[in-house]
Amino acid sequence: MIGSLILDILSWALLIGGGALVFIGGVGALRMPDVYTRMHAASITDTLGTICVLLGIILQAGLSFAAIKLAAIMIFLLLTTPTAAYALANAARLAGVVPVRRAAGEGDSS
Amino acid sequence: MITLFGVFLLTLLVITTVGIVRTQNLFAAIMLMGIFSLQIAAVFFILDAADVALTEAAVGAGIATVLLLGALALLDDTERRGRRASRLAAVVVAAGTLLILYATFDYPRLGDPAAPVHQHVAPWYIAETPRLIDTPNVVTAILASFRGYDTFGEVFVIFTAGIGVLFILANGADAARRSDLPSSDVQGLRHHLVPRLVGRLLMPFLVLFGLYIQFHGDFGPGGGFQAGALISAGLILYALVEGERAALRLVPQRVLTLLTVAGALLFVGVGCACMLLGGNFLDYSALSADAVAGQHLGILLVEIGVGLTVSGVLLTIFHTFAARERA
Amino acid sequence: MYYAAAAAILVTMVLALARALLDSTVYDRVLAANMFGTKTVLLLAVVAFLYGREDLLDLALAYALINFISVLAVLKFVQDHALRHRQTDGET
Repeated sequence: MIGSLILDILSWALLIGGGALVFIGGVGALRMPDVYTRMHAASITDTLGTICVLLGIILQAGLSFAAIKLAAIMIFLLLTTPTAAYALANAARLAGVVPVRRAAGEGDSS
Repeated sequence: MITLFGVFLLTLLVITTVGIVRTQNLFAAIMLMGIFSLQIAAVFFILDAADVALTEAAVGAGIATVLLLGALALLDDTERRGRRASRLAAVVVAAGTLLILYATFDYPRLGDPAAPVHQHVAPWYIAETPRLIDTPNVVTAILASFRGYDTFGEVFVIFTAGIGVLFILANGADAARRSDLPSSDVQGLRHHLVPRLVGRLLMPFLVLFGLYIQFHGDFGPGGGFQAGALISAGLILYALVEGERAALRLVPQRVLTLLTVAGALLFVGVGCACMLLGGNFLDYSALSADAVAGQHLGILLVEIGVGLTVSGVLLTIFHTFAARERA
Repeated sequence: MYYAAAAAILVTMVLALARALLDSTVYDRVLAANMFGTKTVLLLAVVAFLYGREDLLDLALAYALINFISVLAVLKFVQDHALRHRQTDGET
């Protein structure tokens, strides 16, 4: 009884957290000034948001075939989303899209 | 609450469609069409139509986008400015739309149990399928057995489309050898190490998943059409990351033609076998001593036929587009 | 709880769509389409559990794989396109 309560709370937290991360990624993709920063926002929160949401559902599914399928979905998404982001950034750079820089004088703190 | 999600997605659909129609950039239109396809598949899913959603996903979001891009590679990027919109056309279309909207007032509500479709045909199928065919997925039973003639027609339509594309667009056996961008020694995405590795890793899983969907179609969403689309998606992935030539070395055009023909012949063959064994055309009960086992066998063979033809034709169309040089 | 996650995913789909519709470069639109695809996969997984029908997860798996192919196809196309333009515009 207490075990399932803990599982439920954990699922709740993961699902809500995952939803919030996905939303943050969407806002970032919309508001960022440049292709590369948008990609950064979208793909980083894509991966972490995906993990949280799918883990939350896996905890609800328990040990079953559905959990294996969900784990497979998570693995495929984790393999393909960063690769797509890499390919996209590479293509954009090769085509000559230049990252937006701040106005001269502010410098970058690298 | 779920209906709210459905309505929300439909609104997004309308916005996307307006975007597709209004944009002049054809590439943007193709991207938006991919998004459109994903949205409509999500709507199907919310309406609990899983088989249709799977087919829409596999064919619309994946294959159609790739084929449209292949066609776009041969054209200009922007849509040619058409003639000025005719006022008469606008009036006719508006009148037609209003008429159709008025006609929908008479429709039964969504999911209304007293609707005519739920009174006669649907209960019969749901009641008789466990007795006559005994597969958990009623949609596959209807598609492959009860309405086998319709599926037969669909397979031949796809087959004809493949033949038509080959007649009109193929340049002959040397097409693949001539299709090089002169200064590019990069075929496909070959020099990108990461996509290439991940693509090669994923391709066998895609083909395996396609086979799973093919044979699992009796028990869950799936069947021949979806499986054919997924398997051809796997081979298209290989063609994208390794280059057109490598893909044609892996599965040559004549193998694809063989697959296409074999699928259609298998379908016809099963029908004729049923006739020779004493039943009607496509009456699978005649295939075995036990009627239900005969139905299972018939559905299995027919779905395999569909899968073969669909994958053969989709790959043929892809290679024909991809191998064509611009103008 | 599934409703909350599904709502968040739906709202993000709107944002991705907005990104695709607003005037932006080719790569922005590709990014938006890819994001939309990933969100669709998550939405399907959440809604499948909402409905209690877990055998519908096959769809989510299919989407996850198909989404990748579209992005790669687009990138190959764009790359060939840029290469061709560079050729026809003369070597710079």
